[in-house]
Amino acid sequence: MIHIKRLQEDGADVIALVGEIDASSSIELDLAIAKSVGEGFSKILIDCSALEYISSAGLGVFMSYIEEFKDRNIKMVLFGMSDKVANTFSILGLNELLHIGKDKVQAKQIVNEL
Amino acid sequence: MRSKAITRLLFTVGVITWLALVFTDISILFSTTSGIKPEVPVWLPGIILNLFILSLFYYYKLKIERDEVLNFVDLLWRVFATGLISTVISLGLRVIDHLLGSPDIGSRSAFNIVFNDLIYLINLGLMIGFLMMGYSAWKRLILYQKSKWLLRLWAFFEVGLLISLLYNTFRFPQVQWLHVTLLSIFVVVGLVLSGNMKWVAFLNFRQKWTSLLLLLLTIFYLFYSFFTNQSLSDNIVKVSENFTDYHRHIFVLSLMVFVTVYSIFSFLVILFNLPTTSVFEQKLEEVVNFQRISQSIQTEQSEESVYNILLETSVSSVFADAAWLEINSNAHEHKVFTYKITDKESRDIINHLNAHNIKGVFDQGSEKTKNLSKHLATLKGSRFRSILAFPIYVKGDNIGTLALLKELPEGFNKEMTKIVSTFSNQAGISIENFRLMEEALQNERYKEELKIAKMVQKSLLPTLLEQDHDFDVAAFSESADEVGGDYYDTLRINDHLVSIIIADVSGKGTTAAFHMSQMKGIFHSLAQRDIEPDDFMVQANQALVYCLERGSFISATYFIINTQTKKIRYARAGHCPVLYYHADRELTEYFKDKGVALGMVRNKSYSNFIQANEFTYKPGDIMILYTDGVTEAKDAKGEEFGYERLAAMVCDLRDLTPAQAQDHMIHKLYEFSGTENIDDDYTTMIVKFKS
Repeated sequence: MIHIKRLQEDGADVIALVGEIDASSSIELDLAIAKSVGEGFSKILIDCSALEYISSAGLGVFMSYIEEFKDRNIKMVLFGMSDKVANTFSILGLNELLHIGKDKVQAKQIVNEL
Repeated sequence: MRSKAITRLLFTVGVITWLALVFTDISILFSTTSGIKPEVPVWLPGIILNLFILSLFYYYKLKIERDEVLNFVDLLWRVFATGLISTVISLGLRVIDHLLGSPDIGSRSAFNIVFNDLIYLINLGLMIGFLMMGYSAWKRLILYQKSKWLLRLWAFFEVGLLISLLYNTFRFPQVQWLHVTLLSIFVVVGLVLSGNMKWVAFLNFRQKWTSLLLLLLTIFYLFYSFFTNQSLSDNIVKVSENFTDYHRHIFVLSLMVFVTVYSIFSFLVILFNLPTTSVFEQKLEEVVNFQRISQSIQTEQSEESVYNILLETSVSSVFADAAWLEINSNAHEHKVFTYKITDKESRDIINHLNAHNIKGVFDQGSEKTKNLSKHLATLKGSRFRSILAFPIYVKGDNIGTLALLKELPEGFNKEMTKIVSTFSNQAGISIENFRLMEEALQNERYKEELKIAKMVQKSLLPTLLEQDHDFDVAAFSESADEVGGDYYDTLRINDHLVSIIIADVSGKGTTAAFHMSQMKGIFHSLAQRDIEPDDFMVQANQALVYCLERGSFISATYFIINTQTKKIRYARAGHCPVLYYHADRELTEYFKDKGVALGMVRNKSYSNFIQANEFTYKPGDIMILYTDGVTEAKDAKGEEFGYERLAAMVCDLRDLTPAQAQDHMIHKLYEFSGTENIDDDYTTMIVKFKS
């Protein structure tokens, strides 16, 4: 089960993920990101501080946006991951493809530098 | 068979008792008129008459009441036929009587008296037979729809009548008041019973006409029979009173009143019911139609036939001149089923109503049926003057609109609105059920597919692994109920080179099995060519880019073991890090290196994200490969098995063969999770190097 909260800060859309993302809840994540993009945000911050688990399907969602965001110049930064979640990202090599910050401050900094 | 024999017996008894009645009655009459004391006791004919009545009573009881197949018109027909036969015989006797020359009134010739009595007795027998027939038939009609109260009243009537036979058998001193009281009780009860006419409602128009005719003739026969017996007995009374006179017989009199009254009542009720018959038939048809809609779910193959039945039944139930059914398959697509109206006409009406911005069922928000007739008046060139529209709901969603049209103004009444609204509700339920069933079927199909996918997946894994004098290898794979995409394989490149792969396809089900088979194809074609592990990954990525859909990827690690140089070169593409045990240093470590999973970078730059690594193996070293199902296996508290536990376990494996080590690992895993139903796939592959 995943609970997704969205709020806007300094022109960036902050999407907070609370809970676990598995095959079925990954659809909600996909919808949330698609909605944010649809609303015209070019800076998207993903708050993973309350994310307990992410399955390969959830990782697939992030992965599927990489190229599209590059083409449309949309910046997405993830932040606040627990070690376990961060490990999942790094094993797959996603940490090299995604921008990952330590906390929100750093994430904002990364987003503005990109 | 037995009841058939009994009816025959009863009939014979009836005939015999009647004959006995004739003999005794004539002999008494003859004796008394001749002034001789009769040899036969005068009370005997009364008893015989009652025996005759009893035998007929049970004869008809068996013949009519036990016959299940008789319908109402059949019953009326039987009564009519009995009446016809008795009337024909009676008329025949009259003719014979006439031919013989009617004797002078008051003639006391012995022959005449005997002859008159004979004719009277024949007529009496026929009348009683006719009455008994009528009684049995009316009993069935009255008791067609029983109630406790009715059954009790009937039992009282029947038992009372039978007891009255006893009263008549023994010639109690004739007490006028008792006689009249008994008779009037039976007449009143008979009248009350005659009020039960429910069967009439079940006749259709044609049957009603037939019944009217049959009843009319039956009434005629009854009166003729009464008249004949009356006149005949009158003739005899003039000569002597010592004969079997039915005028004092309560049973016969009660029956005469009851059968006649019920016949007349039935006739009148049917007559007055004639004009409303069509309404009853209509109601009946509605019930049948209703059933058709409900049953259509079991028998019909598609939603379309449910729609068509709804259209047909609604039209026929309210006598609509035309109708259409508009189904919104989705927001933009409207499908229109029409009945006696062209698509264009219906479109015109819809557009007209929309154009005038009429808030009705045509907008999706409406919940109630609407009579839109008044808005139709403004549409020129349309032949329709009344329109009634109904929304159809499935699971609370408005899926369409049913519109009924009439050429008459004000053509729909409240009753019709109710009926069709019930129909459309039922149709909604039918469609909902239909969809649920489709879903269930889909699910079943999906399960079947999974079964096949699981079989395919199993068949993709190798049964035999490459063995070498330098190392032993064992592998194990188990998948959850849903098919996963774990894959491992080995391939010998030449006498000193062996390649090994372990991979995990993201996603589950048939697509995972499909991607797994692609991975197998890629492995077998690329590994043959003896290319560097990182090249292998780059080329595999290139090949997979075209077949992996959005969001899908494959993690893999590819090894080439060189037994000549004792070196292993490998590349890790997003797969779980290799767990390695160095026997000489008694040290366990995960190889932390970089590599992005296959399919994540879908352009040439992938080569930047993958690297080739190399290490040297020594005898006793153990290399453990696995998929994330192992590290993510959870215990009862939801805690994961994790990398530390896995690494810690390696010490136990030092002195085991790969096969034994594998058994140990799996045992530990089950022990940890507390169940053998781990809801993920997990695969292990253990390579142990020999000295």
